[in-house]
Amino acid sequence: MESRIAEAPTADSPEGEPVIVKLKRGFDVHLYGEAPKKVHSEVSVNRFAVQAPNYLGLAPMPKLMVEEGQHVLAGEALFFDKNRPEVLFVAPVSGELIAINRGERRAIQELVILADRTIQYRTYDKIPSLDSSREELFAFLQESGAWSLFRQRPYNLLADPDAVPRDIFISTFDTAPLAPDLNLVVSGREAAFQKGLDVLVKLTTGKVYLGLDARGNAVSSAFSQARGVQKIGFKGKHPAGNVGIQIHHIRPIRSREKVWTLGVQEVITLGTLFLEGKYDASRIVALTGSALDKPAYVRTYAGANLGDLLKNQGVAANSRIISGDVLSGKTKTAEQFLNVYDDQVSVIPEGNDYEMFGWLAPMSARPSTSRTFFSGILPFGWIYNATTNTHGEKRAFVMTGQYEDVLPMDIFPQHLLKAIITNDIERIEGLGIHEVVEEDLAICEFACTSKQPLQKILREGIDMMIKEGL
Amino acid sequence: MKEKIISLFKRMEPDKEKSPLLHTAYDAFFTFAFAPNSVTKDGVHIRDGMDLKRTMVIVVIALQLCYLWGTLNIGHQHFAALGLYQNLILEGFHLKLFYGLVQLLPIWIVAHVVGLGVEFYFAARKKHAVEEGFLVTGALIPLIMPPDVPLWILAFSIVFAVIIGKEAFGGTGMNVVNIALLARVFVFFAYPATISGDEVWVAGLTKAGPGGMADYGWIHLQVLNPIFESFGWDTFNQGYAVVDGYSGATPMALAAKGGWAAVMEHYTPGQMFWGLIPGSIGETSKPFIIIGALMLIGAGIASWRIMVSMSLGMVFMALIFNMWGYNAFMEIPWYYHFSMGSFLFAMAFMATDPVTAASTNRGKWIYGFLIGVIGLIVRVMNPAYPEGWMLAILLLNVFAPLIDHFVLQSNINKRMKHVQ
Repeated sequence: MESRIAEAPTADSPEGEPVIVKLKRGFDVHLYGEAPKKVHSEVSVNRFAVQAPNYLGLAPMPKLMVEEGQHVLAGEALFFDKNRPEVLFVAPVSGELIAINRGERRAIQELVILADRTIQYRTYDKIPSLDSSREELFAFLQESGAWSLFRQRPYNLLADPDAVPRDIFISTFDTAPLAPDLNLVVSGREAAFQKGLDVLVKLTTGKVYLGLDARGNAVSSAFSQARGVQKIGFKGKHPAGNVGIQIHHIRPIRSREKVWTLGVQEVITLGTLFLEGKYDASRIVALTGSALDKPAYVRTYAGANLGDLLKNQGVAANSRIISGDVLSGKTKTAEQFLNVYDDQVSVIPEGNDYEMFGWLAPMSARPSTSRTFFSGILPFGWIYNATTNTHGEKRAFVMTGQYEDVLPMDIFPQHLLKAIITNDIERIEGLGIHEVVEEDLAICEFACTSKQPLQKILREGIDMMIKEGL
Repeated sequence: MKEKIISLFKRMEPDKEKSPLLHTAYDAFFTFAFAPNSVTKDGVHIRDGMDLKRTMVIVVIALQLCYLWGTLNIGHQHFAALGLYQNLILEGFHLKLFYGLVQLLPIWIVAHVVGLGVEFYFAARKKHAVEEGFLVTGALIPLIMPPDVPLWILAFSIVFAVIIGKEAFGGTGMNVVNIALLARVFVFFAYPATISGDEVWVAGLTKAGPGGMADYGWIHLQVLNPIFESFGWDTFNQGYAVVDGYSGATPMALAAKGGWAAVMEHYTPGQMFWGLIPGSIGETSKPFIIIGALMLIGAGIASWRIMVSMSLGMVFMALIFNMWGYNAFMEIPWYYHFSMGSFLFAMAFMATDPVTAASTNRGKWIYGFLIGVIGLIVRVMNPAYPEGWMLAILLLNVFAPLIDHFVLQSNINKRMKHVQ
């Protein structure tokens, strides 16, 4: 009914014909603190970390292959999972391994590397050509550390080395608040991106799908002219740029199917490995948010230290540093590191302040999906200075249809979450837990009147499904 | 300044362990005055400005025009029965307003004191914050009661509805049926003699028919009259008798007896639309209900799907009755069903309760349509009770989870048919 029909999954189109999926539902959160579109390369970040908890599905006690104090090269193996010894995890930069930080029960949290002034790369005996068999390519990717670039859906896990993905999906635009412009990120790296796509085509029995921005913005030719892949345009508000939403509309994940997703910068790293024979984990990161004096794009490497990244941007007092966007990112301190799959840091003011009659007559404009605030009624293209205040207390689920209004998927999020709360495995599966990860429901959690922790509940459900082997 | 007020409040905070009830009350009022300083953790970092307090208060604001009209109309109906100021609502404005207030305020106060008392008690027992659900229930209950409802019956009905209807199921958000309607249905079935018939719809008469007299209390005669006299205004006068031919019957009661012709003997369509008719306090003024409904739709709080489908269901059934034409009530044109009785009020404020309605969008269409159909069947075909929406909504409240079940099952089947 209504937009449901327009949002039924699209079938594969004949090669070359542009398909545009129009998504009616969604919500864009416009915040202050967008980075000007110019990449700064002069930022000096000294410390980088490989964070084991970033890789979901990795056993908590990986086997270390290096010792503290040892010098490692970029691309050199650091550790592996004892259950899957063939998949190696490698250093993003060359330098001295200065710390191995452990958490609860001595589970490895971070391997911190003090970077060399000029990065030295590990060399490879032989880089397989693209005509090699899939087994050879898989073995090389696992040995070179590139395997960790792939994330497997359902559940956003590390890719299973024993399974060939049904399809591979890449979103080439990000609709999250203050998200980096991926056209800027890919500029100058077009050849590496295309090479990465060429490799990916060999890894799947299905197709490689590229989600393109069809909202009317200029799109880099690296995306629009990409060869050998299926291109599907998406038009709509956030979360239209989330790869999970795009998969749902291109070819939804059914039970026991596995697909891979990659970010644009991961594809570039993969392409550079085959093109230049080096593991180049460089990343362009957007430093954004209203609590920064000078938001900027900077060139650095995966796992950069956040304090180093932000030292020239002027971080305001009483603010929160987030690795990722404000909807699905993780809270960090300046001592901690950028998560490996993130290409954005958001810094926003903390909202730990009482507000007199704040729920009734707020003193500042705030984003809302409801049309009960002036800024929600009058369409002046409002931009907000959002804080971390919850704007209310947690309550039982009362409102209905709220999540569906902002989630352009044929899924019932509230019923899925209630099924998770009541441990109804059959229903959880039937209502489509395979098709969503936390970032997809983040906008629903933002909109939730009852202030329920949707992403946390969803992850509990996912953990339960993994334990049940589903 | 703000810091000083907050520290003053914080010093007054009662101990949570020693006096849980006091602490609950303190917490409810403190969070009412100050939005809490809690910040997000694990999950989204920014939250929508909307919370449950604001949601509920917007519904209460949408009801205020109904309150204003209800107050004046209590007075208007009282004086109309006596043959006074009966042409315009603004004639004898001060008398109507104060007469209505004297009648309505005790109902409002009892509803809130009793309802919130139960709510606070359970919140303290369960050691959680007072939830805002009763703000709306407490605002709705006075509006769906007849103006002459005895206060002790009202208090009983609210205790019953809040404890059995809500707290027994786990509090706000967990109830199966609409709390306000449960209170109303309790009044109706537990005290049929006191609460039905033609007597209850007009307040302040010894008898709503020939031989009845105006009946005022000390507050009218001793308090209000001297004030009005000092301004040289009209005063309440004990001596007036009910005019000949007056019955106090609502359009619904008349229609059940003699169809549209009987209604037209007493009221014009204009009076029924604007709300110059006897009835439950909040249900009479159709324009003000429509304004409230539009406010809720505009704010995105109430489901327009339920409102539209309920109207469609009612029109659908009314057209069937028009074609059938078994008795005079069935022949009433479908469009007059909108202005008779409480259809619009039930549609805007009762059927749309998000907790008890169907929770899927497709389910809401089915749910609303069935309320429209069943409600009109009860209205037209049930001789014992001349209005159907209360019973239809309660019935469909119970069936809403079943409707949702089928909607969800079709979603599940679509997904699972790809799995061998």
